Amino acid sequence: MDTLRPAQNYLNEPRGWKSWLFTLDHKRIGIMYLAAILLAFLLGGIFALIVRLELLRPGADLMSADTYNKMFTLHGAIMIFLFIIPSIPAALGNFALPLMIGARDVAFPRLNLASWWVYVAGTIIALYSIFAGAVDTGWTFYTPYSTQTTTAVISMTFAAFVLGFSSIFTGINFIVTVHKLRAPGMTWFKMPLFVWALYATAIIQVLATPVLGITLLLLIFERLFAIGIFDPAMGGDPVLYQHFFWFYSHPAVYIMILPGMGIMSELVATFARKTIFGYRFVAFSSVAIALIGFLVWGHHMFTSGQSEAASMVFSALTFLVGIPSAVKIFNWLTTLYKGQISFETPMLYALWFLCTFTIGGLTGIFLGALVVDVHLHDTYFVVAHFHYVMMGGTVMAFLGGIHYWWPKMFGRMYSEFWGRIAAVLVFVGFNGTFFPQFVMGAQGMPRRYFDYVPEYGTMHAASTVGSWIMTLGFLIMATYLIASFWRGKPAGNNPWGALSLEWTTTSPPPPHNFDSQPVVTHGPHDYDKIIAPSTLAGR
Amino acid sequence: MDTTRSLFLPPQASTVAPDVDALFNFLLWMSVAFFALIMTLTVIFVVKYRRRGAATLTPGLHHNTALEMTWIVIPLILVGIIFVWGFRSFMAQNVVPKDAMEIKVSGQKWFWSFTYPDGLVMIDTLVVPAGKPIRLLMSSQDVIHSFFVPDFRIKRDVLPNRYTIAWFEAPKPGNHNLFCAEYCGKEHSGMIGEVRVLGEREYAQWLETAAFAGEGMAPEEYGAKLYVSKTCVTCHSNDGKAGTGPTFVGRFGKEVALQKGGAVLMDENYIRESILNPQAKVAAGYQPVMPTFQGLLKAHEVDALVAFIKSLNPSTGQ
Repeated sequence: MDTLRPAQNYLNEPRGWKSWLFTLDHKRIGIMYLAAILLAFLLGGIFALIVRLELLRPGADLMSADTYNKMFTLHGAIMIFLFIIPSIPAALGNFALPLMIGARDVAFPRLNLASWWVYVAGTIIALYSIFAGAVDTGWTFYTPYSTQTTTAVISMTFAAFVLGFSSIFTGINFIVTVHKLRAPGMTWFKMPLFVWALYATAIIQVLATPVLGITLLLLIFERLFAIGIFDPAMGGDPVLYQHFFWFYSHPAVYIMILPGMGIMSELVATFARKTIFGYRFVAFSSVAIALIGFLVWGHHMFTSGQSEAASMVFSALTFLVGIPSAVKIFNWLTTLYKGQISFETPMLYALWFLCTFTIGGLTGIFLGALVVDVHLHDTYFVVAHFHYVMMGGTVMAFLGGIHYWWPKMFGRMYSEFWGRIAAVLVFVGFNGTFFPQFVMGAQGMPRRYFDYVPEYGTMHAASTVGSWIMTLGFLIMATYLIASFWRGKPAGNNPWGALSLEWTTTSPPPPHNFDSQPVVTHGPHDYDKIIAPSTLAGR
Repeated sequence: MDTTRSLFLPPQASTVAPDVDALFNFLLWMSVAFFALIMTLTVIFVVKYRRRGAATLTPGLHHNTALEMTWIVIPLILVGIIFVWGFRSFMAQNVVPKDAMEIKVSGQKWFWSFTYPDGLVMIDTLVVPAGKPIRLLMSSQDVIHSFFVPDFRIKRDVLPNRYTIAWFEAPKPGNHNLFCAEYCGKEHSGMIGEVRVLGEREYAQWLETAAFAGEGMAPEEYGAKLYVSKTCVTCHSNDGKAGTGPTFVGRFGKEVALQKGGAVLMDENYIRESILNPQAKVAAGYQPVMPTFQGLLKAHEVDALVAFIKSLNPSTGQ
């Protein structure tokens, strides 16, 4: 039964702002997360544009060095802690995961709501920190600079500490939900790959985040009570901070990318109308990344003076963690083979991911090779690599995911025409912004520089122009997505002809998700055996 | 046109640079090859298998263990080679030749100082002879800095609580940028120095004149040179504008308000004290961030700087 825009759905039942702020419905919490995260993305993006504008030409143009240092720190801190870590799991994952496994809700709906409120509390503390003088340490808060600077380090690190709990809550919830609430017939290997990716992510969230929490608390104690753990002036060791910090923050990179890889699997399978090639390899590669990812933190410290033997081991493990990502790329590529590929907006983002994440992955090999990393470390090459993985990977997948589930979330289609235009602008602008950074980085341009020697001028100017093209793409995207609320055509249950369970219920779904308990009889991407009914209708 | 400069890499100016570049270029071409392979296949599949008309059932291509193992094993072998290559060069880069000349490097906010075996101190300019290995024994006075010379392909963090070591040998004379690569605060991007490699004769000449720098110059003239070469200019302006520290203009001979309350007359002794013990009397409205120049400036150099500052304030001069 294909009902268009049911009269009663989770968006309008029950009504009133309290019914949203205190809802226990995973879909509403997902939407509230989405709104909050997109605001954070906007804020972090504005800081990024300010940074790029200052760097358009050498010399001081718009602001003082102090202000610049706060701008790039805020860009990093907001994008990492407020946007990209919660982006896919807490927003899209919250909305889609229970639907995809045929559940009524997550295992702990109250914990889920608490996670959102903790996120809001952390955000308020972060905003307070910005108004209380902001931070100029970089998002990594390296000691001893962070213990000595006079800026608002305590409030910002406390914000990150609080935000960590929201991440842990989501992780616990997803682990239990996946274990206990799958619909009858949904065995582990009948789970959609997005669910596998969220499961692997949740493991890292629960195991790694507490280490960051402890590290940030120690930093706060150091500033408040001068306990002397990190600051050599008090007898501490600043490199110890780097070990603690990266023990969380490297796995955290996988918290950021794994859910994006999960979305990729959904998009490629759906729009190529093929079962994912090597399902088990793709699923287990997520788990492998989650586990090996814990053992590579030292590759951030090849020039820090850590022992050569340690550097050698971290270098070797770093190369190992690259293999599962390569496996995924090859499997998605093979899934396209003999598919029936269509090019709606979500699929464009999947194709961008295939291009930009591949560049991000390959340049990671440069940084894993010890002697080459010595030259490239702390230059724009690292900045470019990181953005190709995080923005060219996670954000591309996130945008694909938003466009993919948007009809399910709101029951409306956005303008496909403008969707494709924006996708092309984002892709061109992204590469225009970040590719020149590889070149100037390899030529020796250090990162976190307010001013630079003129020989890097051309690449900086190109990068800034790229950021404007990308901005235009995002502005168009915001316009047509908002316009879809009023002007969008009704989406129907299954606009893409996908096979996973969320597409079997109405769009938007009813508050209780499914009218009857779904029973799973086929794999999530078995397009070779089954074709979704709406596809036969010839959309 | 410098033949050692490529699109991606700066000129090669050290003995280890060719090694690093060889691996970099291998990685570059390997990446280009893989990227081209993946993108070509993507484009071919996307064009050839684009959806035409109503969907039909696609033949079942679920899985192929041989294929999966192929694209696990081939990358594993490649990264194995890259690991060994990167590690061997890394070790070569970390073993300092026995006959190296040692120079003590100190990083502080926001300049470098170099102490030569004979006690000569240079600020922000490291002058070395070509063709001789140089061992750098490095430490920081405050936060973490990082010693980075792109043309030499070397980078090593400079820490406040221990020594770190780097070494290089520059085969040919030339000038090279020295950057601080670890973020260290306000003037991080201004912490740029220079490595000047001289031929053997020029180096010997330089060493001789460096010891007698300023001889035959008027003190304020020499002070003006030191103002730049000892990096006072980074924080203290000579045009009346406030920077990280107070300007040198229009203050001499006047009362200076202090951060901890009270005031002090800015005279020769206050300047001298502020250079050698900057935290003693910090001017109001400024952060106590200036490092001490105790041991970095000789007595006649402090005299020259005092004369220079006085020369900037002619009306108040005594």
